[in-house]
Amino acid sequence: MAWVLAALAAWALGIWANTRLAGLPRSRGTGLAVPVIFGLTIVVMWECLVRGLNVPSVILPPPSAIAARFAVSTHILWEDFVQTVMKGALSGYVMGCGGAFLLAIAIDRFPFFQRGLLPVGNFVAALPIIGMAPILVMWFGFDWQSKAAVVVVMVFFPMLVNTVQGLQDTTTMQRDLMHTYAAGYWATLLYLRLPAAMPFIFNGLKITSTLALIGAIVAEFFGSPIRGMGFRISTSVGQLALDLVWAEIVVAALAGSVFYGGVALLEKAVTFWHPSQRGRA
Amino acid sequence: MRNLLPVLTVVAALLALWYAAAVWLNADWAYDRAQRAGTTLNFSALVADTWAQDKPKLPAPHQVATEIWNTTVEKKITSKRSLIYHSWVTMSATLLGFILGTALGIGLAIGIVYNRVMDMSVMPWVIASQTIPILAIAPMIIVVLNAVGISGLLPKAIISMYLSFFPVVVGMVKGLRSPDQMQLDQMRTWNASAAQTFWRLRLPSSMPYLFTSMKIAMAASLVGAIVGELPTGAVAGLGARLLAGSYYGQTIQIWSALIMAAALAAALVALIGLAQRITLKRMGMA
Repeated sequence: MAWVLAALAAWALGIWANTRLAGLPRSRGTGLAVPVIFGLTIVVMWECLVRGLNVPSVILPPPSAIAARFAVSTHILWEDFVQTVMKGALSGYVMGCGGAFLLAIAIDRFPFFQRGLLPVGNFVAALPIIGMAPILVMWFGFDWQSKAAVVVVMVFFPMLVNTVQGLQDTTTMQRDLMHTYAAGYWATLLYLRLPAAMPFIFNGLKITSTLALIGAIVAEFFGSPIRGMGFRISTSVGQLALDLVWAEIVVAALAGSVFYGGVALLEKAVTFWHPSQRGRA
Repeated sequence: MRNLLPVLTVVAALLALWYAAAVWLNADWAYDRAQRAGTTLNFSALVADTWAQDKPKLPAPHQVATEIWNTTVEKKITSKRSLIYHSWVTMSATLLGFILGTALGIGLAIGIVYNRVMDMSVMPWVIASQTIPILAIAPMIIVVLNAVGISGLLPKAIISMYLSFFPVVVGMVKGLRSPDQMQLDQMRTWNASAAQTFWRLRLPSSMPYLFTSMKIAMAASLVGAIVGELPTGAVAGLGARLLAGSYYGQTIQIWSALIMAAALAAALVALIGLAQRITLKRMGMA
C-alpha cells in the first residue's frame, strides 16, 4: 500500500513541478526540464506501482530490475547492437539512401519518367514493405546481408520520392539566373538545385532513419544467426526473461534517438539557411 | 490523366524487370534439374521452366496472379485457405487500431494545443516514442497481453494504434494551430466562447491536415497489424500467411499475401482520400 501511495505522491509532485515550470517564461532550461521531469515521474510511478501491486516480473519488470540486467549483460547487448544496428541497419541505410539519391538525379533529366515514377513511388512508399522480409531472408541467407537488403528496400522509395521532389523545388527565376551565368547542367545541379533540395533530402533521411532500425530488427524474426536484437527479443520472450527484453528495448530506443538526433544535427548544419531552421536559434 | 502514360510505362518496365529477374534467379534450379535429367536446356525451354516452377526463388507475376485468383474467387470466403478470409482478419485489426489511434491522436492534440504543461511535457515524448522500434517489441506485447488474458483482436490493434497515433498528433497539432491571429481575434470580437472557437474555427480549419495524416496513419496501422500477427503462432491473417509461407518455402503464397496486403493498403488509403474529397468539397475548401 505504501508503494501505491508513493506512486500517487510522485505523480502529484511531477504535475506540481511541471505546472510551476510551464508558468515561467519559456527558455532553454524549462524546455528541457519539463519533459525530463515528465519522464522521470513515469519511471518512478512504474517502479512503485509494479512493487505495490505485486505485478509478476514475467509481465512487467520494474525499471530497477531492467537497469540491473542492463549493467550485467552489456557484452550481449553490445554484440547484438553491432550485429543489428551497425551491420544490418546502417549498411542498408547507406546503400538504400545512396542508391535512391543517385537514381533520383538520373531520372531528374527525364520529365517523362518523373511523372511516371512519382505516383508509383508514392504508392510503394505506403505499402507494407516489411512483408518483403521473409522473401529477402530466403534470398540472402540468415546473416546481416538479408537484414541490410530489407533496410535497402524499406528506405529506397521514401528517399527517392523526397529527393525527386526536392530537385524540383527551384523557381524559374532562379534557374534563369543560372542560365544568364552561362551555367551548364552540372553547375546548376551542384550550386543551385542540390542545395535547394537539401531540406527535402533531410526530411527523407529523417523518416528513413527510424524505418531502417525497424526493418533490421523485424527481419531477424524470420531467421537470424544466434545474435542480434530481434533474435534476442523473440527468444527472450519465449524464455520469459522480460528484463533482458526491456534492456534490448532501451538499447533500441537509445540507438534510434541517437540516429535520428545525428541526422537532425547534420540537417541543422547543412540547411542553416532554411526558414524552419532559422526560426529557432 | 496526363500522368497515365508515364505511370503505365513505369509499371510495364517494373513488370518486365520482374520477369527478367525471375529467369535470372530461378535459372540455377532449372539447370540443376535438367542436368540430373540428363538433358540440356535451350534458351526458350529455360525461360518456360523458370516461369513455371513449383517453389521458385522469385515467382513470375502470372503465377502470383493465378494463385490470387485461386485463393480469392475460387475458394469459399469462410475457408481457411481463402485470402479474403485472411485479409478480413488483418483488416479488422487494422481498422480497430486505426480508430483507437486516431481518437488518441486527436485527444492528445487537443490537450497539447489547449494546455501549456502538456505541450511542453508530452510533445517531446511523443516524438521520442517513435524512435523506439515498436514493431520490434510487438511479440512481447502480444505474449504479455495473452498472459493477462487479453487475446484476439485487441493486442494487434494496440500495436496498430501505437503506430498510427503519431502522424495524427503531429498533423492535428499543426492543423488546430493553423488559424492565424486575425481569425482568432475575429472570434474574440464576436464574444465567442472557447468551445465555440474550437468547434467553429479550429476544428474546421484542421480538416485538411487531419485527412493527410489519417492516410499515413492507415498505412502504418496495416503494417502494425501484419507484424502483430507474426508472433501469435501464425493462426490467421496476412502476416500469418507470410510466416507460414516462409516456413514451408511457399514463395508463391508469400507473394500473393504481399500483393493482397498492398491492395488492401491501397484500398483503405483510397477510401480516406474519397472521404477527404467529399468533406472538403462540402466545406468549400477543395
